[in-house]
Amino acid sequence: MSLTKLSAHELKQLLETGQVSSVEVTQALLDRIRSANDSLGAFLHVDAEGTLARAADIDRRRQAGDLLGPLAGLPVAVKDVLCDQDGPTTCASQMLESFRPPYDATVVARLKEADAILIGRTNMDEFAMGGSTENSAFQVTRNPWDRSRTPGGSSGGAAACVAADMAPLSVGTDTGGSIRQPAGLCGVVGMKPTYGRVSRYGLVAFASSLDQAGPLTRTTRDAALLLETIAGHDPRDATSLDLPVPSYSRSIEQPLHGLRLGIVREHFAAGLDEQVESAVRQAVEVYRSLGATIQEISLPHSKYAVATYYVIAPSEASSNLARYDGVHYGHRTDETKLQAELRSERQQYQAAGNQRGLGQLDNSLVRMYRRSRAEGFGPEVKRRIMLGTYVLSAGYYDAYYLKALKVRRLIRQDFDAAFEKVDLIAGPVTPTAAFKLGEMVDDPLAMYLVDLYTVSANLAGLPSISLPCGFSREGLPIGLQLQAAPLQEERLLRGAHMFEQATEWHTRRPD
Amino acid sequence: MSDPYTTVIGLEVHVQLATRSKLFCGCSTQFGAEPNTQTCPVCIGMPGTLPVLNRRAYELALKTAIALNCNIPETTKWDCKQYYYPDLPKGYQISQYDLPMSADGFLDISDPQGQFEPQRIGIIRAHLEEDAGKSIHDEVAGRADSEIDLNRTGTPLLEIVSQPDLRSPAASRVFLQELKLLLSYLEVSDCNMQEGSLRVDANINLHLEADGQRLATPIVEIKNMNSFRAVQRALEYEASRQYRAWQETGQQLGQAPKQTRGWDEAAGITRPQRSKEESSDYRYLPDPDLVPVATSREQVEQIRQSLGELPATLRTRLIEEDHLKPYDAGVLVNQGRALVDYYRAVVTKCKQAKIAANWVTQDILRELKERDLTIAQLPFSADRLAELIGALQQGLLPSTRAHEVFALMLGDNLTLTEAIGRLDIEQVDDSALIALCQELIDSNPKVVADVQGGKQQAIGALIGQARKKNPNVDPGRVRTICLELAGKC
Amino acid sequence: MTALSRDEVEKVALLARLQLTETELDTMTVQMGQILEYVDQLAEVDTTQVEPMAHAVELWNVLATDEVLPSLPRDRALLNAPRDNGRGYLVPAVLGD
Repeated sequence: MSLTKLSAHELKQLLETGQVSSVEVTQALLDRIRSANDSLGAFLHVDAEGTLARAADIDRRRQAGDLLGPLAGLPVAVKDVLCDQDGPTTCASQMLESFRPPYDATVVARLKEADAILIGRTNMDEFAMGGSTENSAFQVTRNPWDRSRTPGGSSGGAAACVAADMAPLSVGTDTGGSIRQPAGLCGVVGMKPTYGRVSRYGLVAFASSLDQAGPLTRTTRDAALLLETIAGHDPRDATSLDLPVPSYSRSIEQPLHGLRLGIVREHFAAGLDEQVESAVRQAVEVYRSLGATIQEISLPHSKYAVATYYVIAPSEASSNLARYDGVHYGHRTDETKLQAELRSERQQYQAAGNQRGLGQLDNSLVRMYRRSRAEGFGPEVKRRIMLGTYVLSAGYYDAYYLKALKVRRLIRQDFDAAFEKVDLIAGPVTPTAAFKLGEMVDDPLAMYLVDLYTVSANLAGLPSISLPCGFSREGLPIGLQLQAAPLQEERLLRGAHMFEQATEWHTRRPD
Repeated sequence: MSDPYTTVIGLEVHVQLATRSKLFCGCSTQFGAEPNTQTCPVCIGMPGTLPVLNRRAYELALKTAIALNCNIPETTKWDCKQYYYPDLPKGYQISQYDLPMSADGFLDISDPQGQFEPQRIGIIRAHLEEDAGKSIHDEVAGRADSEIDLNRTGTPLLEIVSQPDLRSPAASRVFLQELKLLLSYLEVSDCNMQEGSLRVDANINLHLEADGQRLATPIVEIKNMNSFRAVQRALEYEASRQYRAWQETGQQLGQAPKQTRGWDEAAGITRPQRSKEESSDYRYLPDPDLVPVATSREQVEQIRQSLGELPATLRTRLIEEDHLKPYDAGVLVNQGRALVDYYRAVVTKCKQAKIAANWVTQDILRELKERDLTIAQLPFSADRLAELIGALQQGLLPSTRAHEVFALMLGDNLTLTEAIGRLDIEQVDDSALIALCQELIDSNPKVVADVQGGKQQAIGALIGQARKKNPNVDPGRVRTICLELAGKC
Repeated sequence: MTALSRDEVEKVALLARLQLTETELDTMTVQMGQILEYVDQLAEVDTTQVEPMAHAVELWNVLATDEVLPSLPRDRALLNAPRDNGRGYLVPAVLGD
């Protein structure tokens, strides 16, 4: 069987028993990338030479009997939002097109320490803002199951590359569903850990109280392996949890006896595609056949989740993206053109005798900021910055931002109450299967509403996973989302693994 | 009434806290480094970097807030104050907005020169925030740029805001001096305005009466004052400028936006300044990267107990217990805890508080200044001074020669006995003294006549003669004996 | 609650340091209006006595030791600078500096 079709767990066993070398594995994937990436656009950047050199080095150390890390020789793709000092980190934005961070994100450093082979940087929605990867400033990523459709977003590249056998493991980030939604639309496993479980140092911030990095893989066991490698306390991130990381890959085999599974009444409402609903309900029946008890629960405030998210996330984004001003790093507008523009405007005002216009004219510095940011950011990023700036501005703070923070607490309380009665919550990841490229570019609000099942976990800080549970009549993947109480990653992975073992959805591949 | 108006002043002081590293990262805070050599991804605000709060900065801030008699809330948090400026790389300053770490304190001030009544100046709040960088004008080939240095970005600052309780430029200066003294006793800052570790902005307006109505002029913020003296001068200038402006325009508080003016030291005037953010809409939001800090009541009490004696308390003690003059007590306390401890040690030994105070505030201080030493470095221990003072009390040496003895003890590192010996100081016994005085009486009939005629001070001439004959005579004893003898003639 | 005017959007654009074309301003006004109208529904939630939740985790007192760690060498710090003179970042001068 082709090396590119194997799971990370399988590859690891072959590598550790010397049946295959890291160079062979890496070369196989690089070949696959070479043949598939042009049409799929999953990777923004691949350094073949550097990657093979690193693989050769791991092989040499393994031969020499050196102690190697848990991911030794395994290729991992990384979403281009996690800083890596060995190359550019662009966040798929022209603002950072030539930015080279002098530091590694903690997640990246841990992957390197684990002797992983970082095979390439994956495409994403610019600054992680979007649900289709169409907001990338550089290229389109296509869904491997149907190239006329999006892979979802914002970790579209990370999901697509795993689905298309270009990497066995990838790391994405999830702020409102950006790991789980593309995982669902691409038929792979995608997991967002509890907030604070994985360090955010070096994760280019979109919404700081919501962002988390997590694994995208083909199997739940691979997700467990990747998660336990990157998780853990980081003194450089004050919001990271100082708690030991359980051995997720060891406990994952144990099924959950007496599992109480909750399904949310509010999820099965208008807007949910009947094929998705059918697949999800069948998945719930699989759990029942495995001995789980099923309960209907209510999360009464879930209808406000999207609104709450789209107040909080843009607000934090407007603050996090204020640093992109063209002064210290990132894109700066052409200063000669800038001065010419100001001169021309000044002349026009003078000619028209417009004193007020003259008085209000931007000075060079202000115009430099405005042009740099206008040139560096795409429309979705601008939209969210504008929204966040408005919501936080004088007079609106209480009505919008503060209000949203309160509703957030109510959403969290809904979950706390629910988890008194159930161990895991199951439901859809997305309201439909993958949508067509271009379908929602002109309707931002419609795009936001795709997040309705995923945002609550970010708002509440809970761990959540998406795994394949079926296919539409058009052959498009359908995902099942599981959610657990804070720090219940073990339970989540065991619950997901149970389902995976009892079904074959995860074995299907796009052709 | 002296002035036709009341000056109302509030001060905003930024104090750089004496930590080794910055508020949110491990870069050094050392002054004077080459531009942009003390920065890292965190304080440059590079993408994905995160702040972590410096424990010592918080402790120093807390100590100061408690010493300023502030209330310390149970929890506090940090907020993003958003505005755009090249020396602010994140596009926001991490500061404190609606839940600062301390509020509602006070600092008592009094003027040893009696220019104003003792007053309690309220402290609205003291909070912990990060500093911004610096920009300097850079002109190359006709192109005008600003060069940005981020070394200072992220340095911990304690922002102390007073109530507008100050009523004169002089009182404002005293407030600053008292605050600086307190901060140096607490050892929380270098308080060096030249190095920028203490910065002051002032808010000032006038309250006046016109047509039986009480009204106020618009508030003006004054910046760019580089010394306490500059603060006083700037406020004096501004008060009279505002009065003139009011006489011309009649403009009152609320009728014009708050103005910012910069002090021009050379010209001695304030000038209007363009404010940094046209609308001060800072769009505060709680910083999601920092978690709140909780402080228990026990911790607060513990810190309060451990502050040690602070300037105000020390001054009072010296006046009430040692009976020093307020001026002398002030001089001692102003020099710092070490000198006060030195003085105390001297008094413990020789029990002569006032005399010890004179010696310390005059001779010791002068030596410290001339030799550019601290009291710890001066090779003249408290014991030696106490010994010298004791010898004076016992009459082992005359007061007129005490300074010679001191100079020799210090300069040549001699013991008291050695110094006395070297200077040929001998106690003059009474019989010799009387004999000498009789001699002078006999040879100065005119002086005697004057004294007998009522002019007691004429005896002064004899004292000088006596000292010439024997430098070891005590002038006080000579006067007494001569007067007695003259009376008997 | 909201009827967002184009004027307001222009002011927000300045606050956000974004330069928008006339077309972009028009589109932005419409789109922001739609989104704000959607989020207005939060007003119907009863949040009396509810504490705002700014953080997803309840953590307190995360403090670091006061110790000096190596800074970036200057040339590495300035590596990404759009314009510099080897000593500092350069930007067009603002009068009053």
